[in-house]
Formats: sequence, structure tokens, C-alpha cells
Amino acid sequence: MRNEPTLTVSSSPHLHEKSSTSQIMYHVCLALVPALLWGVYVFGFRALVVVALSIAVAMVVEYLLGRLYEESTLWDGSALLTGLLVGLNMSPSVPLFIPALASAFAIFVAKWTFGGLGANWANPALAGRVFVFFSFTTPMSSFVAPRTLASAMPDAIASATPLGLVKTAVAGGAMGLDANTLLAQNGYPATSLAQSLAASTGFNAYTIDTFLGNVAGCIGEVSALALIIGALYLMIRKILTWHIPVTYMASLAILSWIFGGLPSGLGSFGGLFFPSLFSGGLMLGALFMATDYVTSPISRKGQVIFGVGCGFFTFLFRYFGGMPEAVSVSILLMNVITPTIDRYMKPRKFGDTRAVRKAAKEAKV
Amino acid sequence: MHKVPTFSKGGVHPDDKKVFSRFQAIERLPMPGELVVALSQHLGSPAKALKAKGDTVARGEKIGEASGFISADIHSPVSGVVKEIRKVTLANSVICDAVVITPDEDQGEEKVVAVDWTKLSEAELVAQIKEMGIVGMGGATFPAHVKLTIPRDRKIDAFVVNGVECEPYLTSDYRVMMEKADEALQGALICAKATRAPRIIVGVELNKKDAIAHLKAVVEEKGYPIEVVGLKVKYPQGDEKQLLKATLNREIPSGKLPLDVGAVVSNIGTCLAIYEAVTFSKPLYERVVSVTGECIANPKNVLAPVGTKVSDLLAFCGGFSSDPERLVSGGPMMGFAFFDQETPLTKGFSGLLALPPKKKVKRTACINCGRCVAACPIGLMPAQLYRLVDHGEYEGAMNNSLMDCKECGSCAFVCPAHLPLVHMFKTGKKLGRKK
Repeated sequence: MRNEPTLTVSSSPHLHEKSSTSQIMYHVCLALVPALLWGVYVFGFRALVVVALSIAVAMVVEYLLGRLYEESTLWDGSALLTGLLVGLNMSPSVPLFIPALASAFAIFVAKWTFGGLGANWANPALAGRVFVFFSFTTPMSSFVAPRTLASAMPDAIASATPLGLVKTAVAGGAMGLDANTLLAQNGYPATSLAQSLAASTGFNAYTIDTFLGNVAGCIGEVSALALIIGALYLMIRKILTWHIPVTYMASLAILSWIFGGLPSGLGSFGGLFFPSLFSGGLMLGALFMATDYVTSPISRKGQVIFGVGCGFFTFLFRYFGGMPEAVSVSILLMNVITPTIDRYMKPRKFGDTRAVRKAAKEAKV
Repeated sequence: MHKVPTFSKGGVHPDDKKVFSRFQAIERLPMPGELVVALSQHLGSPAKALKAKGDTVARGEKIGEASGFISADIHSPVSGVVKEIRKVTLANSVICDAVVITPDEDQGEEKVVAVDWTKLSEAELVAQIKEMGIVGMGGATFPAHVKLTIPRDRKIDAFVVNGVECEPYLTSDYRVMMEKADEALQGALICAKATRAPRIIVGVELNKKDAIAHLKAVVEEKGYPIEVVGLKVKYPQGDEKQLLKATLNREIPSGKLPLDVGAVVSNIGTCLAIYEAVTFSKPLYERVVSVTGECIANPKNVLAPVGTKVSDLLAFCGGFSSDPERLVSGGPMMGFAFFDQETPLTKGFSGLLALPPKKKVKRTACINCGRCVAACPIGLMPAQLYRLVDHGEYEGAMNNSLMDCKECGSCAFVCPAHLPLVHMFKTGKKLGRKK
């Protein structure tokens, strides 16, 4: 019988759930692996080089800043995740200095100058992407054809994303035609798998291709399916909740459906519902960027407002704006007002029932 | 399908770990060599010592007198001699006077004079409960006679018995329900009479299905007007706010009492003490305590006199099987860690836990994940309160309802950054109150 162990005294609770910050970060990284694998499959080995470089630079910068501030945050997983997200947000053909620069900017400027993990107001990966996008717009918006469409897709078409192509066509005065028709007119190819699926399901072949990931685009954003698989994993792990992704996508899809046809002269309810969800960086943005804990509201109510706001701005920038980057800019904009949302959107306090509020109101009168 | 009742907002699901002591019947502790009976075993002002060094005391004799409205009498658990009056530090860090008693070799027979409580009036019942020094035994130790005194102009429509025992490890209430169900239920009937409550509900979590079945059987056999309700397992359901939401679907507003929503809540162990106090004039001088945890050699539910030292309880349960990292009085979620094995047992000491070392996880900055907000049963924003207190903004924290925090620990339990949220709130409350 041992009687005099060394005892620890601390405040309750004396139990803790098996969870930690780094565990969350690594789970999110794991959830991005399907999208990464698909990106490497369709865009080749260079895509892997881009992502690996982004991660390496992010972690080196994190390490150096940690040395400077005498904090060891390298293995909390956040720098790995930021680097991975920067990489997935790059075109596979981008010159290698760009992802390096984006990662360095993300970690140094967007994260550490505001106080490091938990203190930044903007999603670091997004800030990094927006920084290099507006600095090096041409290389950032030139893409290569995915392996699955390589033979059918001439370079001229491959260099633009479907969204970009439609935008250019509408800006050029193509009226009365929906996005899918415009793509077809411009000779955008579809895979034979998508064509046969389209014939049997009634969905448009382009919609199916964007869902599966047979389009030109950034490494991690092309396959909606791979991203959704990752997001479902996070939902099962209870790391992700539906609040932001669902409200974001629903508001964008509904607004696109009702008003999306206006710029191309199709009138109200002339827009397309599904293509708006699967194209561009929407899936990656809605599932993995907007949902960044640090830069999104903390309460469920606030998250719903945040999601709807993201959807609204994305709709606005996509259909009425002159520049690409609708998703990134929308999320950054909502990041800005997150502290305000947090200030006003508090959960209902226990006991603060309608009857109590009514009584308090009457007492005032 | 019938929906299993529980409270709706927040809550967490810690592993219940009751298996260590759950099947151990209550055992009486052999008389310890010395008892340290603290004079502050309840919420409110400490009792005043009625005995001095060298005095002899009889079992059940009053040795400390209540010193205010919210206070309670203290009785000697044994017949013996007062060795000294000295300062003692309790498990919850309260420092108070204690009467140290050396028990007599021969304790004599326990005299039993049964009184028929049904013949007593409300006022007589409450007076007897006060006289016997009964306090809430779930941990809060609020004097029972204060709780059961309902002003004439107020109406109570339900008396709710708390058999939830939502804290992991603890099994003392469970053993009471299994072994002393009839007495405890009669205690509930006494409370209902004292509070003029027409309805009695016993809430028990569904991880104690056998206790629910047993209580139901007793209720049926004796024909008591008592409802036994099974509740979905969720921490902190044993808090009176959450229990009333679960059983009656009523929410107690901030700063109000159960009385304000027409209910009174009392722990099932307290009901048993009340029954014994009223029927046998037995003061609250002993209680059932679960001595359990991974590091206890033979976990047990022990009926021990108030004033028993922790070291005596540990010795009775075979000591430690492995070195514990911490000793806790009460449950692991809200209980107090202490280090002195001379710490005495008090009326609210429901469990003695010896917990193994925890896996060390590095504390990180708050990442705003919102798990604390989702877990808070009161609807507070723990992450925000933490930041405010951390920055010394006590007033801001008060304005954001810091005082409504019950320190249940749900937020700190789920925090992936491993922030000491409850610790910060306790500090914030103390410093904020001072201003």
C-alpha cells in the first residue's frame, strides 16, 4: 500500500474529453486528402510539388517566427493546414515562387502580425491567395486541362475556368443563353462518362463534370465530390457543423437561381441552381475556408448569418462583379465583420424565455 | 415513440465510470481513532462551537450552533471526549474551526424512538429538520430547512427529487436508491408535506435503470403518490436548473430560485437524511461516500461519520492500487482537488476519488471553435468570458453574465485548447465581486 503520492491540485473539472487543437488541425488536413489526391491525379506530379512547397514554406516560416517569439507552435498543425490550403488554392501550372510567397504571406502577415494562432482576423490561406492573385493575376488565372479531358481540351480553353469563360462571354454581349449553353458554344468539352450520365439522369454534362472534378481549375477546388467526402468525414468527427456550409451554399444557389439570369438577359428565375455550387472555388471555400474556426463566428446564430453573408457576396461578385475571386473576397469580407457578429449574436440564455422577456418589458412600461 | 426527457441546451457526455463502486453495497466504516468535525460544513456562516477542550459529548449531541439564517447546526457523530478545537482546511479550501473528538471505546446501543411523521405539522417538520442540521448532500450543502420553508404567499406545485447523480464515478446516491429506497421516498413525502407540494417527481438518469425499476416497485407496493422519471444521460442534469427543465420543462431565470418557478429540488440522499431526522431524531452526522477511482484498491460505498479523515477512508478501501495524480472530493467535474490526507469528511462530501495521471496535452491559444458555447447549459459564451477575465475586464465579464456560470465544467471539459476556463471564471467572480 502506497500512501504518499505526489498530488496535483487544480481547479475542476478533473476530466477532459479526448480532444486537442492539433488533433482538430490534423483531422482537417486528413479531410483535404481526397481533394489533394484527385488534384494530383488529374493535374499530374507538378500539382504535388506546388502543394508540398506551400506546406514546406508555411512550416519554415512558422518555425522561424516561433523561434523569434520563443513559442513552439510548429506541431500544433495549424501551419501545416494553412500551407496545405494555400497549395490547394494554386493553379497547377503556377510558377513555384508564387505558392512560396503566398504561404509566407499567410503565416507571416495574416497570422503572426496579428498575434498568431487564434488571433488573426482573416483566414491566413485565403489572405495569402488573394495577395498573390492580385499581384500575379495572369499566372494565377491560367490553368491546364485535367488528365481526363486532356485530348479534348485545347490550351486556349484550358487556360480559363468554366466560370471565367461564361463571364467573358456574358461581358462580350452573349444574351439570352444560360451558362451551360455558353460553355457548349465555346466548345468546352465534357467527358464521355459525364455525357452518358447526363443522358440517363437529366443533369447537364457540365454540371456532372464540375461535380466530379473534370474541369480546369485550382488543384484542390475542382472536385466537389472529393471535398464533400472530406467534409462529411469532419462532420462525423464533429469538427464541422452544417451551419456555415449549408447556409452559404443555399443562399448562393437560391440567389443564383432567382437573379443569376439577369446579367445575361434571362430574367428572374433564369439562373442555374447546381452549377453555381460545383464551379469555381465554392466547395473548397464553403466547406474548408469559411468554416475556419478562428475567423468565423462562435455562436450558431452568428454562423448562420456569416454563411448567408458569404453566399450573398459571392453571388454579387460572380454575377455582377468584373473580377474573378468571388469566393475568396466574400469570405474575407465576412471575416471582417465576424467580431461584430460575435458581439451581437449571442445564444439565448437559459431562463430567458418569452414569458420572462414579456414580463420584463411590462415592468419597464 | 415516447421521447426520453432531458434538458435541451448544451451539456456534455463524459464517460460515467460508475462501474468501480456501483455494485458495492454500503459498508459501515469501523470507528476511526479520531474525528475532526468541521464547523463549516454548509453554505452560509459557520456554526459556533458549543464545546471546549476536555468536554464529553454524546452521540447526536449538538456541538455547533447555527449562527445566522443561512447556517446549520453540527452534531457529534460519536460519544467521546473533545480533544481540542483547532483550525482545519477542508477539501474546498475553506478554513474553519473544527471540534476534534476522541471516540469512546464503547459507543453503546443506538436508541431508536420512531416518530410518526404524518402527525407532525409543516412547521414542526421544518423545525425538526433544522434541529437535526440537515443540509443538501449533493455537494452544494445548502441548509435544508431554509429551502423547505415556503412563505405563506408562495405556492409550490412540484417537489423534485434529484436522483440523477450525473457526475462520473459517484455511486452514493445510486446505492441509497438501491438499498434505502423506501426511507428515501418517505423523506420525499415529508419534504412534499413541508412545502405543501401536491406532486412528487423523482428524476433518475437511464444509466441507473435498475434503480429506476426498484424505485418504481417500491412506489407501487406502498402506493406512494410519487412519479419516477427516467432521464437521458447528460451532464450536468443533476443541477437543479437542468433537472427542472428535464422533468417539468421549466426554466429558472437568471438569479432566481426553483421556488420562483413553483418547485423545490432536493437530492435523494438528503431525503434519506430528512426521513431519519424526522422519524428517528437522527442528526446528519454520517453519510454515504463513494471511495472510488482508478487508483483505489477496493472501491467501496462507505457509511462514514462526519469528521472521518480521508486517510481512514483510504485505509478502509485498501489504499491506492497505483499512485494517483489527484485526490478529489465530490465528482470529477465539479469536485475539489486537495492534497492533505488528514482532510475531514463533511456533510456534502459525496465521493472521494483517486484519479490516475492525465495525458499531458499542450495548452494552445483559443481557436474560437465554439465547442464551449455549444456545451454551456446556461447559454453563455465561455471563450469570450475567458478573454474578458484574462484581460482584467471584470466588469465586462459581469455584464456578460459571468455570475450565471454554475462552474459545471462542461466548457473546460470539451475545450480543445485545454484552457482552464472554470479556473478563470472562479477567479473572475471573486475579483469582480470585490469591485
